[in-house]
Amino acid sequence: MNARAFQIQPQDNVATLLDDAPAGSIEILGASPQEIRSLEKIERGHKVALRDIAVNEPIIKFGVRIGHATQPIRRGAWVHLHNLASDLDERSGTLDLHSGAPTDTNSAYV
Amino acid sequence: MSDLLTASWSGYLRPDGRKGIRNLVLIIYTVECAQHVAHAIAAGEEDVHVIGFPGCYDNAYAIRLMLALARHPNVGAVLSVGLGCEYTQPEKLADTVRASGRPAEWFFIQQTGGTKSSVVKGKEIVARLHEQIWKETPRVPMTLADLTVGCECGGSDGTSGLAGNPTVGAFFDLLVDAGGRAVFEETVEMIGLRGVMLSRASSPDAKRQLADAYDKAERYCRSVRQWSVSPGNFAGGLTTIEEKSLGAFAKSGTKPIQGVIRVAEQPRGPGLWILDSVPDDHFMQFGYTNPNDTEGLMDLISAGAQIILFVTGRGSVIGSPVAPLIKITGNSATFRTMEEDMDFDAGRVLTGELTLTQAGRELLELIVRTARGEPSKPEALGHREYFIMYKHQNTPGLAAGCRA
Repeated sequence: MNARAFQIQPQDNVATLLDDAPAGSIEILGASPQEIRSLEKIERGHKVALRDIAVNEPIIKFGVRIGHATQPIRRGAWVHLHNLASDLDERSGTLDLHSGAPTDTNSAYV
Repeated sequence: MSDLLTASWSGYLRPDGRKGIRNLVLIIYTVECAQHVAHAIAAGEEDVHVIGFPGCYDNAYAIRLMLALARHPNVGAVLSVGLGCEYTQPEKLADTVRASGRPAEWFFIQQTGGTKSSVVKGKEIVARLHEQIWKETPRVPMTLADLTVGCECGGSDGTSGLAGNPTVGAFFDLLVDAGGRAVFEETVEMIGLRGVMLSRASSPDAKRQLADAYDKAERYCRSVRQWSVSPGNFAGGLTTIEEKSLGAFAKSGTKPIQGVIRVAEQPRGPGLWILDSVPDDHFMQFGYTNPNDTEGLMDLISAGAQIILFVTGRGSVIGSPVAPLIKITGNSATFRTMEEDMDFDAGRVLTGELTLTQAGRELLELIVRTARGEPSKPEALGHREYFIMYKHQNTPGLAAGCRA
């Protein structure tokens, strides 16, 4: 069975994974059902890009801007801390990609 | 559906006209030094819960919060216990509670003896209070229109905004239709949603309240450089506070928002309300807003919620005193792993097993069973976590207390 992801609003340019997905085919459910190829492994709860997104373009989920692209993002790519930053939270770009743990306070652990 | 919306059960009538779904004795300690004695009094007793304030120096916000819990519809009687040298006054707490028509007693440990004699005295008082409220509290019919339900989320992941919170939203819509009160909070988790929030206001006045609460929350986050998103959220797939906000806001359902209440204030009428628990700018600056999930749950109970809901994608093992906590997850894997603590699997919405409407109705059924006396899982497990801390809020409608 293909891994599944859910797109909430038609204008969303990301969908949320309902299953852990290896690189390969993902079935998109929700607003505009389709099948896309993911370029990498993406875990359940994380987001996949539904189209190519340029630097500084908004990332849209729930039909609302949730931040902006900090890197060019290709359709099928994992969208997370390495290529999407909050418009407000300045720590958002400093977090460990996999654990989400802060890295900007590492110097305090001495 | 109509029969469920008009469900009726037997509640406990309080002197202010509100109705409770439990009939509890609440023990309140007024400084950390009295904490052990308070818990030792409650140990082994049925329907006796404990809250308290750790600081020696008092705080008007904390006093108002404790009094809101002491005069909560689920509470029938109160015992407050102090050490004897702290600022917060157990006698004043007991007097204020007694003025609400509830039996209330108090003592200082230093005037009673030590640990053992205070525990013996406390247990005697609690037994007496219990007997009194079981004999004297009138039983009355109660419906959803008498119910206030609060909700917050914590330990969120990618499923919380897709299933867990939308299920609560569907339930909140039903509760509001039935004439009840629905309260949700975490304005620091509405960051990025100013326009979305304001478009839901029920009146120009509500819109102004929402704008004020939103602007303060954003000012707070910028000022303390803390946005309400944690490593566990990121690991679960959430990337930004804006994304988390949208998922969190889904718990509000679709009804108009009547306005904003502050900690220890009660909703001013039926319908959907936002609870603002963000501290106000003060001589100590903002301080911290909700430092953990339990603090937020206290705020919801202080709004008079007889039942509170907690949506957690990643799972949690907390509970609450005073009002039963129901734990909901939108992540079926979390539900399976932690079923001993989780009350409701909203992840079935994502597999297509249930529609959102069916999930909202099923949650309503669970809430009616809980209101009828069936313990929620955290309640049955004996979870009674509480957290009351220093904070400052200007709350003109409530007495200022000392050192406001």
